[in-house]
Amino acid sequence: MSSLSSKIQDVFNEPGCGKNQGKSEKERKKGCTKQLQPGGAAGGCAFDGAKIALQPITDVAHLVHGPIACEGNSWDNRGSKSSGSNLWRTGFTTDINETDVVFGGEKRLYKSIKEIVEKYDPPAVFVYQTCVPAMIGDDIEAVCKAASKKFGKPVIPVNSPGFVGPKNLGNKLAGEAILDHVIGTEEPSYTTPYDINIIGEYNLSGELWQVKPLLDELGIRILCCISGDAKYRDVACSHRARAAMMVCSKSMINIARKMEERYGIPFFEGSFYGIGDTSDALREIARLLIERGAPAELMERTEALIAREEARAWAAIEPYKKRLTGKKVLLITGGVKSWSVVAALQESGMEVVGTSVKKSTKEDKERIKEIMGEDAHMIDDMTPREMYKMLKEAKADIMLSGGRSQFVALKAKMPWLDINQERHHAYMGYVGMVELVKEIDKALFNPVWEQVRKRAPWEETTWEERADAALAAEAAALAADPELARAQRRAARICKCKAVDRGAIEDAILAYGLESVEAVTERTHAGSGCTGCTGTIAGILDGIEDWRPAPSAEPAKRAA
Amino acid sequence: MAKVTHSQKSCTVNPLKMSQPIGSALAFMGLKNCMPLFHGSQGCTSFGLVLFVRHFKEAIPLQTTAMSEVATVLGGLENVEQAILTIANRQKPAIIGISSTGVTETKGDDVDGYLKLIREKHPELDHIKLVYVSTPDFKDAFQDGWAKTVTRMVEQLVEPVPADTVRDPAKVNLLPGAHVTPGDLDELRDLIEAFGLEPVILPDLSGSLDGHVPDDFTPTTIGGISLEEIAGMGRSRHTIAVGEQMRPAAGALEKKTGVPYTLFDRLTGLEANDGLIALLAGLSGRPVPNKIKRQRSQLVDAMLDGHFHFGGKRIAIGAEPDLLWTLSGWFHEMGAEVAAAVTTTESPLLERIATDEVLLGDLEDLEARAAGCDLLVTHSHGRQAAERLAIPFYRIGIPMFDRLGAAHQTIVGYRGTRDLIFEIGNLFIASGHEPTPETWAYPEETGHVGEKTLAAH
Repeated sequence: MSSLSSKIQDVFNEPGCGKNQGKSEKERKKGCTKQLQPGGAAGGCAFDGAKIALQPITDVAHLVHGPIACEGNSWDNRGSKSSGSNLWRTGFTTDINETDVVFGGEKRLYKSIKEIVEKYDPPAVFVYQTCVPAMIGDDIEAVCKAASKKFGKPVIPVNSPGFVGPKNLGNKLAGEAILDHVIGTEEPSYTTPYDINIIGEYNLSGELWQVKPLLDELGIRILCCISGDAKYRDVACSHRARAAMMVCSKSMINIARKMEERYGIPFFEGSFYGIGDTSDALREIARLLIERGAPAELMERTEALIAREEARAWAAIEPYKKRLTGKKVLLITGGVKSWSVVAALQESGMEVVGTSVKKSTKEDKERIKEIMGEDAHMIDDMTPREMYKMLKEAKADIMLSGGRSQFVALKAKMPWLDINQERHHAYMGYVGMVELVKEIDKALFNPVWEQVRKRAPWEETTWEERADAALAAEAAALAADPELARAQRRAARICKCKAVDRGAIEDAILAYGLESVEAVTERTHAGSGCTGCTGTIAGILDGIEDWRPAPSAEPAKRAA
Repeated sequence: MAKVTHSQKSCTVNPLKMSQPIGSALAFMGLKNCMPLFHGSQGCTSFGLVLFVRHFKEAIPLQTTAMSEVATVLGGLENVEQAILTIANRQKPAIIGISSTGVTETKGDDVDGYLKLIREKHPELDHIKLVYVSTPDFKDAFQDGWAKTVTRMVEQLVEPVPADTVRDPAKVNLLPGAHVTPGDLDELRDLIEAFGLEPVILPDLSGSLDGHVPDDFTPTTIGGISLEEIAGMGRSRHTIAVGEQMRPAAGALEKKTGVPYTLFDRLTGLEANDGLIALLAGLSGRPVPNKIKRQRSQLVDAMLDGHFHFGGKRIAIGAEPDLLWTLSGWFHEMGAEVAAAVTTTESPLLERIATDEVLLGDLEDLEARAAGCDLLVTHSHGRQAAERLAIPFYRIGIPMFDRLGAAHQTIVGYRGTRDLIFEIGNLFIASGHEPTPETWAYPEETGHVGEKTLAAH
């Protein structure tokens, strides 16, 4: 375990991560793992994260060493697409039983690898560690080494048992596993000055293929995408790329940075979500390749392609503009990618509510990220009534969010579009954005909403009317009783990670004359967890005149 | 009749089995105002949650004690305590249902002991019931977790009754197994109510996970059976258990309260339902309503019409023991042959199944045995196998994530059986190949004078 814990420390100490660099030495030691609250947590574990990160490698056998829960409850549930082998969709697990727990599961693991090699003959086997075998001390690294030697085939240990931390940590540990054991172990049959890696892209719904034709046209070769639609050999050869793009998400930053360090492959952070972003990413790829020796005419061709594709995309979105102008979109997301769709929404005439963003400049994007939070859990805790209230107050026409919140939105009879991992539509590149606008249009103007909102013939009132009445009564009570309103405002939980209420933050601001988010965080710890609430704290600071208690001493001061 | 064998493989490929704790959690989801809680790492919960969300397409209440590596080694008392306090404050449930996982069982956490300590320390939680079930992931399977949990509910939540208690002549307890869907429960409720009887269903997924738009708003389970109703189950006149897995729970209820029980090992098929209807008529002393008589007659007609398509068909089934028993028995009655049967866990029914071998194995085993079969029957994870085998595929069981309406798939009662005949019969009809001139041509290697030879002349 000591090697695992040092690995985790190493991953936490990520110089490529701006957020990490902003922390003090002490905070950095603690890592980016916030302490989970028992009874109040949601989200996957480190094993889940590791599996998600590597599973899209299509021709590898992914073997989960653990009890049935880890694989049996979760296999074949990702929407990555493969252009070749489908072996990655086959669920392999050692399904350890009571006897294994008592006597150790290493033998079963070794035999499992043997069976897989004999039956499926994959180019490599990836072995995922889970909590129970980690507890009983199964040394998967030793087993993998022995099996690799015996069967003459790479057997890669992925040491990321669930209880070491959240999904995000698992992504990074998976990255470490392929850095240590896969990348640079084979040589490509040929190289070109146009070879790139795309890092942190999983080819969900086949999205990568919305962008690949553009690269093909420019003569740019994706030497390896880590890990969407990748083959084992691609990953093993990926160290020969000339440049790399890290798809906007910090989940695999360690791979991008360490490949730069070890193999001199420069990388940039970019995104293929949104029209402007796609163009920027293409330019950036061309620029890096030219820097590394590709002919300069690549840029001209790239600009020509961008001009053509942008014009096409805008022309395709134009017909929707009329219908969509003025429609309000409430964007709530647990995914870091999603903020980049804001530009497209705005450009098709829609208004994004819940944020104060007007233009999609770089700073604005940062701000959206801040407002949405890196990992917004708030929606998971919402009751339909609260959701209804929120949608009503925002006067939203449609909600875009990810994952489980969909059922709450649907029960509130609110049009909803999935923009997270489990979605079925591909939204990448120019064609993807057009697709997104099309989907929003489809969702918004579906006649079903009119139907489902109708009251049943025997119903005196709909629940919406009852909810409206309840909300109105609540508002009236608050208006009549400023003390109650104040108490309710102060009771709002601002920082969920550190359990800080608004009252505590207000008091600290007044008592210590705090003026910055950092100062508030230092005093109250609010915002020191996932940092998703820092935008809200900034809002409290900005709006101080709205809530500062009217000081009774004021008239006296004026008199003086 | 069948030989029960265990897979000799070390590596499970394409699991059929799901873990015990999520079976346990699903049972808790049939209680009203309940918050199911896993004692384990957050991933244990998240996987179960995602699985149910995808199956039911509903928001699922399920929480975790979020055991970290350190907490796991030191023991989870604090995490269990904190989780209960957080849930009590936030969701304010009437009951918290706690299931252990592989992680905490490997460590050996004494949760019963923890709960005693927590009770002593927090008298303010006295109004919340806490039910704990031990469900290690590395033992048993989904339906075992469900069955153990219902047994615990009976032991802890049903009030004992005095020997001379007056029973409510209209009340009938219904203990459904994990394979009984919300749609099945609705059908059973209709049948029982048709005789003027009132079913008390434990656990009752028909109110909680039947996919409806609720009138009210709650972060815990919606619908389901209330604690008061469970407490009063000892005053019912009879208990009906569905599925062999429910025998321990029905037995525990009888032992505690003296309510006698009748166990139906399946309720799909004509004869099985005749047994149920006869029991209900006997209990109520009422004649069988016309509606049900017509349903029976419709089923008989469906069997007559359908048997042409079922006769001689070879079926491959992968399902948990009680569902496997239900389906294989019914297929047999329709004239089909169960050619491959794979299941997840032990059950006394397995050796009585009308087939040569029942294997405790995975979907790789089922796929290998299904070669040459006419139909594959298992949960959604069979989709890849069916595609490779190029045979029709009927989805049943949990998880069913790639079709709508999993909660409403109904195969019990005369009506449910009738519709099942139509659905599967139609699959057979749809997969029938159009004949071509070559369909009946002799293979060349037989040396027969085939069409080709004739054509040469």
